[in-house]
Amino acid sequence: MTTPRARWTPRRAAAAAWGLAALPLIAIVLALAVGAIVILSSELILGGSFDPFLPVTAYRALIVGAFGSFDAIVDTFVATSPLVFGGLAVATAFKAGLFNIGVQGQFLMGALGAVVVGVALSSQPMPIAIVATVAAGILVGGLTGFIPGLLKAVSGAHEVVTTIMLNYVAVSVLAALVSGPLKVPGSPSPVTYDVGNAAYPILFGRNGHLGILIAVLAVLGVRWLLYRTTIGFEIRTAGTNPDAAAYAGMRPRRIIVVTMSLAGALAGLAGTDVVLGVTHQMTSSFGTTVGFDSIAVALLARTEPYGILPAALLFGAMRAGASLMQIQAGIPVELIDVIQATILLVLVATPVLRRLLRLRGARSGIATTPTITRSYGGEVAP
Amino acid sequence: MTEQAEPLVAPALEMRGITKRYPGVVANDHVDLLVRPGEIHALLGENGAGKSTLMNILYGLARPDEGEILLDGVPVRIADPADAIARGISMVHQHFMLVPVLSVAENILLGEETMAGPVFLDRREAHRRIIELGRRFGFEIDPDARVGSLSVGWQQRVEILKALYRDARILVLDEPTAVLTPQETEEIFGVLKRLASEGRSIIFISHKLYEVLEIADRISVMRRGRVVGERIPGKTDEDDLAELMVGREVQLTVDRGQSHPGEPLLRVENLVVRDDRGKDAVRGVAFEIRAGEILGIAGVAGNGQDELVQALIGLRRTTSGHVRLGGSDVTGHSPRSMNEAGVAYVPADRHRFGLVLPFTIADNLALTRYYRAPYAHGVLRDDRAIEAAAERAVGEYDIRTPSALARASTLSGGNQQKVVIAREFGADPRLLILDQPTRGLDVGSIEFIHRQAIARRDAGAAILLVSAELDEILEMSDRIAVMYRGEIVATRDGRTADKNEIGLLMATGGLSREATPAGTPAA
Repeated sequence: MTTPRARWTPRRAAAAAWGLAALPLIAIVLALAVGAIVILSSELILGGSFDPFLPVTAYRALIVGAFGSFDAIVDTFVATSPLVFGGLAVATAFKAGLFNIGVQGQFLMGALGAVVVGVALSSQPMPIAIVATVAAGILVGGLTGFIPGLLKAVSGAHEVVTTIMLNYVAVSVLAALVSGPLKVPGSPSPVTYDVGNAAYPILFGRNGHLGILIAVLAVLGVRWLLYRTTIGFEIRTAGTNPDAAAYAGMRPRRIIVVTMSLAGALAGLAGTDVVLGVTHQMTSSFGTTVGFDSIAVALLARTEPYGILPAALLFGAMRAGASLMQIQAGIPVELIDVIQATILLVLVATPVLRRLLRLRGARSGIATTPTITRSYGGEVAP
Repeated sequence: MTEQAEPLVAPALEMRGITKRYPGVVANDHVDLLVRPGEIHALLGENGAGKSTLMNILYGLARPDEGEILLDGVPVRIADPADAIARGISMVHQHFMLVPVLSVAENILLGEETMAGPVFLDRREAHRRIIELGRRFGFEIDPDARVGSLSVGWQQRVEILKALYRDARILVLDEPTAVLTPQETEEIFGVLKRLASEGRSIIFISHKLYEVLEIADRISVMRRGRVVGERIPGKTDEDDLAELMVGREVQLTVDRGQSHPGEPLLRVENLVVRDDRGKDAVRGVAFEIRAGEILGIAGVAGNGQDELVQALIGLRRTTSGHVRLGGSDVTGHSPRSMNEAGVAYVPADRHRFGLVLPFTIADNLALTRYYRAPYAHGVLRDDRAIEAAAERAVGEYDIRTPSALARASTLSGGNQQKVVIAREFGADPRLLILDQPTRGLDVGSIEFIHRQAIARRDAGAAILLVSAELDEILEMSDRIAVMYRGEIVATRDGRTADKNEIGLLMATGGLSREATPAGTPAA
């Protein structure tokens, strides 16, 4: 006896697509609306001439800034690539039922590892320098993820707490090293040497570096790992139903350690991406909002690897286009934070939203992956 | 209908042409139900036959698309449960809706407080009424007892008292005996008969045929959203009802045949296991199961069965004692190594342990062996092999689904359990541990699972059957061990065991412990 697959029809496919994308799209639209209200009300508060079309001007500038020219598009890709790695780092942990808030710390540590090795190998042949540097970024980031994983597996210490604490540790370690041993001697400011040959080569446009390609490969790789390997099956099972995972003979503690290390490694790649692709050196104030944006990216992508690409692109585009918005419309870059925060808020408030809008088929990433609710106060299975 | 003259009094409840559609299904299709005053009316049907929908409509939890409800001949619209209660309709749910930390009186008063003035409860008056109500129906209850400390049977009485306190005239009981011992069942039946003799009407939902025949004055059978027949107990029998219910002939008790036990396969020696709170839940249990034999463990839930089973499959540490499988000591082995050693396990809670509901049926069928050939090569999953095996299992175990790639959550309870059964039985295990394998399932699925288990036994597997359903134990087991407070208090031959004796042993542990070591197989 054979079991026929559900027949494919355009209507069914459309319904499935709507089910997947409805809430993220609604979240984005609502966030833009809130952003518009913020712009208008700030006009009112600040006084001066009131331009009711200022939000339109601002958003148009934002879009032109992100996609208006070939170079703008490439810069959007550059801003997107670390978010792809970071989003994957959060999403992979979510798949195992873990809430990795430590991407920021893992990102910084990975970048630090890349700088140390990159500077050391800066005059080696490019392939050797790049491979070794990237490996260092992965390794140091992975170790930073390994620590909270181990703590949770051994003592049950909650990863939300330990990863947040490690974020502060990472900031301090970075500041200490960059203003100490890694500092260019005699330089008035805390800055490291250039990574030289370890820098990602430019593949297209003015700034389109190798890291963008690696980011796309990482999405494919993580997708493959999660859905095509037994390790991925273990991760997903542990995240969806830890009791069933234990019953099926999987080892939840090992899965926690492996997943957190993997997440750390991906976050480390994000740090490596910024160092080798953009800054080529590091200052003691190195650091972007990548770590925290990644959480929003993963949620918007509903923790699915393929969803990370569009979600990261959206956030990358807003970051890349924001400066033109500031110049043309006089709206501070921080409006992007407002929009991102609203997207996050809407996604987290999904159950309420679904009831309000009477969305039946649409499911949020949060509802389908019971990870967030389980992650808070969740216990390690024996 | 019947040839008897219909009484002139208006029926206590009449539901006419009730239709309720949900997307894709007609849960109730022009259902007519007539309940007379003082009648115990059984509503019989498989899971999903529409009993719950009908009762939810009666209780104001769902609104019918068509049809009307008449109480004492007067058409009514029932807005919500509060409205239903005000009209004298009460419901005793299968899972009790009691607050365990509150007293009996407090639970009964909840929502219907008897006040002495605007602020304070009139406890004395409430106590008096509760005790009086209890006496009237043949039991004495202490209104100050904490509900959490009561046995399941008494908790049920609290639920019934709660309904009576609200002066329920129509009492709906949803599978009231599912959790009771035979003695408790008898006692509750006594209470129900007294209620009926007072002129109250009782709707008794069940899928246990013999019970329905024993207690009901009239039986309505539902199948696929329709009432397919009405019967009077004296003029029908179990086979007739089962056929009506399932829509085909059903063999109610699987012919277990003669067992041919071989060598002892599992030997448990003085096993001590602690529960989550660190108390000894299993206290020195010893037994043996031979190949080709079913050992049934009877016991009221919570007497250490869960901990025993968890220890056997490696999910719980043993404090002391030994587990030997085919001669080798497997005490404290991991679930994976027990599985590799040929132990299969059907967990009691299929949603929590047995299945990953959002995963496909195929993935669930591979859940315990996903890591090895043919399901995987190294770390690479072989999706084609997983799907092919799943399609075979779907056919072989008659899992009703449009596709092996459908999510397990889309299946009915019976079919979900079939997925677990297919996975565990399909591994060709030496030892099969069945923990409440048919809980909550309908007659057809139960028959199927029992047949499969007997077939496994005859193929030489040793089977440990744990069930709170005494009938299942009696029907299936070659030997029966009764577990009481963490110990095996008696072992009986499955064919000669007396139901009442086993029930008594389950409830009390037996007055005098036997001299022979528990669990020794009959020579």
